[in-house]
Amino acid sequence: MMHSTSLNRRGDGTADARQARSLGIATLLLLLLLASMGLSLSLGSFPTSFGRVLHSLATPQGSDIAFIVWELRLPRIVLAMLVGAALAVSGAILQGIVRNPLASPDVIGITSGAAMAAVTFLALFGAGLSIHWLPAAALSGALLSALLVFFLSWKHGIAPSRMVLVGIGLSAAMGAITTLLIVTSDDAAAMVAYVWLTGSLYAAQWQDVLGMLPWLLIAIPLCLTQARHMDAMALGDQVALGLGVNLLRSRLVLMTCSVALAGAAVAFAGGLSFVGLIAPHIAARLVGRGFARLVPTAALVGALIVLYADLLGRVAFLPKDLPAGIFVSGVGAPFFVYLLHRTRYHH
Amino acid sequence: MLSSRLSRCLGLFLSMALVAVAFMASVMLGTTDIALPTFIDALIHYDPARVAHIIVLTERLPRAVIAVLVGASLAIAGALMQTMTRNPLASPSILGINAGAMFFVVVAVSLLPLHAPVDYVWAALLGAFVAACLVVMLSRGRQGELAPLRVVLAGVAITAMFVSFSQGLLIIDQQSFESVLYWLAGSVSGRELSLVVPLLPLFGGALLLCALLVRHANALMLGDDMVKGLGMRAGTIKLLLGLVVILLAGSSVALAGMIGFVGLIVPHMARGIFGVDHRWLLPACALLGASLLLLADVASRFLMAPQDIPVGVMTALIGTPFFIHLARRKPA
Repeated sequence: MMHSTSLNRRGDGTADARQARSLGIATLLLLLLLASMGLSLSLGSFPTSFGRVLHSLATPQGSDIAFIVWELRLPRIVLAMLVGAALAVSGAILQGIVRNPLASPDVIGITSGAAMAAVTFLALFGAGLSIHWLPAAALSGALLSALLVFFLSWKHGIAPSRMVLVGIGLSAAMGAITTLLIVTSDDAAAMVAYVWLTGSLYAAQWQDVLGMLPWLLIAIPLCLTQARHMDAMALGDQVALGLGVNLLRSRLVLMTCSVALAGAAVAFAGGLSFVGLIAPHIAARLVGRGFARLVPTAALVGALIVLYADLLGRVAFLPKDLPAGIFVSGVGAPFFVYLLHRTRYHH
Repeated sequence: MLSSRLSRCLGLFLSMALVAVAFMASVMLGTTDIALPTFIDALIHYDPARVAHIIVLTERLPRAVIAVLVGASLAIAGALMQTMTRNPLASPSILGINAGAMFFVVVAVSLLPLHAPVDYVWAALLGAFVAACLVVMLSRGRQGELAPLRVVLAGVAITAMFVSFSQGLLIIDQQSFESVLYWLAGSVSGRELSLVVPLLPLFGGALLLCALLVRHANALMLGDDMVKGLGMRAGTIKLLLGLVVILLAGSSVALAGMIGFVGLIVPHMARGIFGVDHRWLLPACALLGASLLLLADVASRFLMAPQDIPVGVMTALIGTPFFIHLARRKPA
């Protein structure tokens, strides 16, 4: 409590001071992210020193570890950061729309829609059809499930709390179908699907990075155009209407961004749970709830979380390469419980 | 809704008949159909040389008995949870009790040297207890009231937590994966009757406690002050009812894994037919829950024949439209 009041007090200063503070925090996070990239690049099953990694980055032709650095580690690290950022922003948007700190892409059914589509794809085509189509399948699953949630919770408009409940119900059904597919497929395929569900960045390639990047480049600026509306909506529907916000249109734009980001993240890295839940909270602690400041900070925090989770998965249990999702939930779930405990008097 | 005592008695009688019919269907229908005389013959003069007899005693009968026990327990647990939280969406699967029980079983299987199904029971009960404590602790407001959306979100997140921990453990320890996979999906098949026997005292104790507390549960529905009028503290009643829920849900998970939505749908159906009085509601829940799970299990044999699909999948598919209907009806 002490901590947050002191933040609030500082937050009461002029807009310029707040701006400077959040810029400073963003810079710090960015530096931390760069340092973590360096650390992650130099650690792995094949020992490489930081100096040699730098050398290889600068002159790929003259280095004997260029393949490890450029083709194995770097795409994986970049993809981890992009996925983390996408999930974090998606969660920040959802929490803002629903006005509930417990909402996240996993809770309202986007993740499970993508998971169901991906597991269906794995079960139907196995390794036969090109694995490159898996992200497309997952993404269309995410979009379809989001549409379904929208459609089913429509009743003279969209009430956020109804949307959450409908999402929970739908994700239970889609989870059941996913389970069914896993149980009925053979053991090896089931394990592949299971690892995918947990969220893994194993064998990420530049192609994946290129597939992921456009979604962030489009969705994040688009959701930032709605920042003022989002801040108005945080004060309640009546206030937002009074301030001239077109509630339905803003919610539609924001939801589309959120679904696209979460869908793309799940498509390329599987069901990483809890990032979308906890990253926005950490960001809000750092820079407050103003949406324009929250989004970039949340993106950086999310990138850091997934980067470290993947690093742990790669190096902590050598020679095993464990899915990053295990570590994200290992840290995320207890943090979430703490969060729930702390916020239980504000509803 | 049935209002007179006579019509309610008749309703309960019809529900009993439904359970009996569903039970017989569960025993007789499947990839090999068993005729009624063969079934009776197998019970009275068991002949291990006859395949039909072996099917009845080792596969069909245990399956039907477990479906009855689990369906009834989950429905009663759901009804009690809905009363205690005054939330129509409460049920053991939504609030994370089932997931907690599952996680502890996965821990027992993969980390501890516990492989006998009997050991699952204690793990499952402990898990149900831990999850219940977490949900209650995390979703109470300042006055101890449980805000509906918050309770549901807390439950879903706790489910997500336990499920992802279990996934992690299963990926690290892949040997256990195959053995618990089917069980995780929620299934009443492939269990032996001997597994049920050590659980009977638990089910019996929970039901007895439940029967003793029926009046208090009725009072609890009207408000905590009414419970005081009966000379007991509301906290004590909730604690005891919570114990009943944990016993019923935990033993169900130990027997059949994650079976969702039975605890959600059945209490609403029973309330629609028999009203809110727990003296009628709870027996009705037990009977309707048993029939629902029996019928879902029979259907699961034919949906993708010859492959059995886990009955947990069936109940989730049946339950989702219902859950969404409830969510839409609830004033936002």
